[in-house]
Amino acid sequence: MFNKKRNRFGETLVEWTLRLSGGTTTLVIVLISIFLFTEGWGLFKSSTVEKGYVLCVNRSNKIQNLTPKQVKEIFDGNITSWKQVGGDDIPIEPLRMDDIASQYTEEEIGANFEHLPQKLSEAIAAKPGALAFFPEQFININFLGRVLPAETITLKEYFGGKEWFPTATPAAQFGVLPLILGTLWVSIAAILIALPFGMAVAIYLAEIANNRVRKILKPLIELLAGIPSVVYGFFGLIVIVPLIRSIFHLPVGETALAGAIVLAIMALPTIITVAEDAMRTTPLAMKESSLALGATHWQTIYRVVIPYASSGIMAAIVLGIGRAIGETMAVLMVTGNAAVIPHTLTEPVRTIPATIAAELGESAMGSVQYQALFMLGAILFVLTLGISIWAEIIRKEPKVQ
Amino acid sequence: MKRILISFALVAMLASMVSAQKVKGSDTCLPLVQKEAESYMKKAGTKVTVTGGGSGIGFAALIEGTTDIAMASRSIKFDEKMKMQNGGKAAKSVVIAKDALSIVVNPSNKVTNLTREQLEGIFTGKITNWKQVGGADMPIVAYSRETTSGTYEFFKEHVLKNKNYKSGILSMPATGAIIQSVSQTKGAIGYVGMAYANSSVKEIHVSYDGGKTFVQPTKANAKSGKYPIVRPLFLYYEAKSEAKVKPFINYILSEEGQTIVDKVGYLELK
Repeated sequence: MFNKKRNRFGETLVEWTLRLSGGTTTLVIVLISIFLFTEGWGLFKSSTVEKGYVLCVNRSNKIQNLTPKQVKEIFDGNITSWKQVGGDDIPIEPLRMDDIASQYTEEEIGANFEHLPQKLSEAIAAKPGALAFFPEQFININFLGRVLPAETITLKEYFGGKEWFPTATPAAQFGVLPLILGTLWVSIAAILIALPFGMAVAIYLAEIANNRVRKILKPLIELLAGIPSVVYGFFGLIVIVPLIRSIFHLPVGETALAGAIVLAIMALPTIITVAEDAMRTTPLAMKESSLALGATHWQTIYRVVIPYASSGIMAAIVLGIGRAIGETMAVLMVTGNAAVIPHTLTEPVRTIPATIAAELGESAMGSVQYQALFMLGAILFVLTLGISIWAEIIRKEPKVQ
Repeated sequence: MKRILISFALVAMLASMVSAQKVKGSDTCLPLVQKEAESYMKKAGTKVTVTGGGSGIGFAALIEGTTDIAMASRSIKFDEKMKMQNGGKAAKSVVIAKDALSIVVNPSNKVTNLTREQLEGIFTGKITNWKQVGGADMPIVAYSRETTSGTYEFFKEHVLKNKNYKSGILSMPATGAIIQSVSQTKGAIGYVGMAYANSSVKEIHVSYDGGKTFVQPTKANAKSGKYPIVRPLFLYYEAKSEAKVKPFINYILSEEGQTIVDKVGYLELK
């Protein structure tokens, strides 16, 4: 009697512990995704010009506003006349804080910069073509220039922009299109490379290999999954990158293809293990009846075993893609990280995870770059979530008979 | 047993909070300051903890007051200075060593001399083929560090004169990766700390006077000021805590400290 009671108490305890841990895990995941989106969403409320700074022009200038892209081109010296952005035909004189400060002595500016607002104002008033970039706090009521209105970063600029210059001043460029395309490009290529190899090994292990070979081979393949990704990246940089360069006669070996090959090797264990497990669930009775009807071993494999395991195989593919999309270190080392829209596999690309890994550590907390990186995280989250949901749907589909 | 452990941990924590000096910031300075701290601790017996993260992170910590010294491979930015001032603090700086940047190309490249203007053209994408600067007919592959690195910023300010890098630039996560890539890519060019350049890459002689004199990046040239791409490495601290941090800084500036600078591969001040 006593024992039974205690057992029941123990059972309840275990049950509640399980429930609690299940609940906590779910809560943590939900909180993480909420955190990701709230941190990232602030980006679209941020100004295109660095926080606390303003862009000013001479009063005689007709320009009403400038896009971040135009601002960057002006300060890079690629746009040199106001005519090119819709103004009068006068040359643009970009003025940075340092340019202005270096024109005056320290006494003229004052120990606590108390004379700086006036000097700035004078400098802008004297130059009709000036475009000045300096801290907002130095504008006083007597300011002789005109401040360009602050604009917020738009969804279109973020998702449709083609340039990623997160630390450019005065106007950082946050175009994520090359990054999203780069990620998809590398992942899809990786899965196309991994799939034939993965399927071949899975079929071999499930149907052809004898027990002894399987017992050696399977743990070996699973071991591949345990190698740290940075080791794969190093291997890729030393071996695959030079190989690709000499085979395709390219100027540079750090390409999407190098990333795809490394990722393919990394996705193989997942694909092989899941697909092989699916194939081995084919009931013996089905295989035997196929063979009894006179089908050969190969006919049985591709008419009975593969169709029976098709949902499992699809799940393997989708899990492999998921692994490829989220991979960071290996890709960071071999793809060259150039933020350009890729047209072929033999061009360098920059992926989302590599961007986050390379930049988040040094970006100032709460800055626009920080928010843009969180938004990238959110995009990655949505991508992998979509893939997981897809995998779940495929797995639940009724089996083909 | 548990209680003893906990109290031990508490005591250790308290002790470290009282006397420890915290140094944070630039990853370029990190190996140097870490070595300095090791030998300083052996000598003086006070604890110095050194952590990296980047120049920006060091300054942010100094503004928040969570570090005593900020290491930096660039001078304090204007808005960082303003933030310090708004918090009622004044930043003081001291140069502890210098670091020269070498421009490196593949050893098979015939080009040895480049002017600053040519380097600007190469890294901003206006010059795309080696034959435009007197080399063989092959495309230039420019390697850069990641956007958030202090080296990236320094190179942009001093060599590119604040212009942005071209958008197709290849960015590598570490100096070692740049050396590796340049050594195996024929048309490559990149920049690394002088101490990192080895025989697997070729160092370019640079001219800052429009091609009149080209200076080889050597330690002697960098120290004498002939080689132009040299940056100072700073320690920043708050004026009020000068008494607390001064012994450590003085140690770095001492003869003993400066021999460590040489050993780590940076340039001594004298």
